Amino acid sequence: MASTTVAAPEGRKGGTRPSGRPSARRGGVASWLLPLAPALFLMLVFFAGPIIWTVWVSFTNAALTGVNAAQPEFVGLANFTELFADPKFREATLLTVVFLLGSGVVGQTVLGLGLALLLQNRHPAARMVVSTVVVGAWVVPEVVAGLLWVVFLEREGGLNGVFEFLGAAPVNWLYTAPLFAVILANVWKGTAFSMMTYSAGLSEIPSYLKEAARVDGASTLQVVWHIVLPLLRRTIATTLMLVTLQTVQVFTLIYVMTAGGPGERSTTLPLLMYKEALQFGDLGYGTTVALALLIVAGLFSAAYVKMLRPEEVR
Amino acid sequence: MTAEQPGRPRRGPGASLATAGRPGRTLPKAITSPTRAAASTVAYAVLAAVTIVFLLPLLWVLFASVNAEPSLRATPPSQFTLEHFEAVLTPETMFIPLWNSVLLSGGAAVTTVVVSVLAAYPLSRFNLRFKRPLLYTMLFATGLPVTAIMVPVYSMFVQANLLDSRGATTLFLAASSLPFGIWLMKNFLDGIPVELEEAAWVDGASSWQSLRLLVVPLAAPGMAVVGIFTLVMTWGNFFVPFLLLKSPDYLPAAVRIYSSFGQYGAIQYGALAAYSLIYSLPVILVYIAASRALGSKFTMGGALKG
Repeated sequence: MASTTVAAPEGRKGGTRPSGRPSARRGGVASWLLPLAPALFLMLVFFAGPIIWTVWVSFTNAALTGVNAAQPEFVGLANFTELFADPKFREATLLTVVFLLGSGVVGQTVLGLGLALLLQNRHPAARMVVSTVVVGAWVVPEVVAGLLWVVFLEREGGLNGVFEFLGAAPVNWLYTAPLFAVILANVWKGTAFSMMTYSAGLSEIPSYLKEAARVDGASTLQVVWHIVLPLLRRTIATTLMLVTLQTVQVFTLIYVMTAGGPGERSTTLPLLMYKEALQFGDLGYGTTVALALLIVAGLFSAAYVKMLRPEEVR
Repeated sequence: MTAEQPGRPRRGPGASLATAGRPGRTLPKAITSPTRAAASTVAYAVLAAVTIVFLLPLLWVLFASVNAEPSLRATPPSQFTLEHFEAVLTPETMFIPLWNSVLLSGGAAVTTVVVSVLAAYPLSRFNLRFKRPLLYTMLFATGLPVTAIMVPVYSMFVQANLLDSRGATTLFLAASSLPFGIWLMKNFLDGIPVELEEAAWVDGASSWQSLRLLVVPLAAPGMAVVGIFTLVMTWGNFFVPFLLLKSPDYLPAAVRIYSSFGQYGAIQYGALAAYSLIYSLPVILVYIAASRALGSKFTMGGALKG
């Protein structure tokens, strides 16, 4: 297949190519630029453009309305100093980290991996029922998931029904514990993705390794800890990375469930960005929050690319 | 598991040594042993508990949508009714928003598929000097949060007078799924042997002809994955149309359901459940059909696993 040209130095011209891909000269520049043009145009205009603009605006005092909307001035690092001094931003960062750790790392990864492990070697019918329900939660659109969880967490809702059944006092979840509520909902919505990637990863671990360990007298937990998890390390790393990128940008679910409230108690960074830029019209501040979010996500994304690097890009 | 029975050919030499050194140690761990049976029971119990918790919110939708007196609990309907469906199945609440959703996500999916096949072809077939950085940038961009660029995109739309334009919103949705689409398409095209095209070139076909007549038909499953993925993602997307579209006539179902039943909206549980069902059904059906047709490859894990 095409892998024969992996070692060929890039940009080499002439007909000595061992096999495989033709050089770009065949048919001239148009042969590659023409098909690439629409993609490049769309991504430059709608993706690269806004990102560059974000960087620029976060150094100005741009606003949606008023004098600053027409003639934004360069304010240097004022937005950033304002941002880091702002308790709202620190609060939102903290809430985002808790949301990420709670729903992305602890919830989805532990639950997803646990489900994948428990589902191994179970009866096919059980596997099907469990994965249908869990994946069902994942397929439901985000707005619907948010609305369903509002209903589920109401004072008269389903979760308090379970609590009553267990003999505990009902809780007004969305009011008393808004962050916990959105974490629960996000775990419900996102676990399927982790479960599926871990199931795929688990199915690639050769069973003779586990059998050999068992023959040596290892318990189930020991097999999981010493054989399965180390072999699954790469899958865990990439999945965790993708889940992190997903989780830091969750807006819809939180907005639908709590709109960041009550007060600011579930205002994560995306919610803060939206409120500041579009509700209060402070584009410079909101965009600076967006830039902070982009930088954090960019670091994770770069790490993700680095992890995939060896075999994927050729 | 069967390897613990003595005399199985699958046992490696090391394994037999270990068993020989400690006779009897591994025997209680046979599949029929009480500890294993207990472990299996515990596993099933945990799975059942998790499944029930995951099922409860979903059950509520099913029950409340046909319950004459819907409550907030997932209780089976006391009296069966279809009036909630009747109530929401009006042009203004349902049909126009659904049609807007079809236009937005259909347009975005078609654009993404066409543009990413076109872009992936030279990236897969030609040795271009900038290919490597471009592909890395693309992979990097798949990780960037669309949420984070929405504020600048909104400002851009305001300044370019594109706010409330369905065409521009569709193009933005397509652009935001392009990095993933091109990446997937490129990997898919890499799997199609270039020899087929070489044969076509020998027969006098141009690059363009071989793309149109040979590669596109062979790449159809990959295009389906990209298209379905974009369709499902944009169908459920709330934030983008919520910001970029303003007139009620243009709003897709995702935004409409929020404005009708959101936090401060009327509390009509039956109607909310019925609306949720109708709005979610297309994506669920597409997902089931796709996972049947394309096998486990489509279940995202295959597409994104590292």
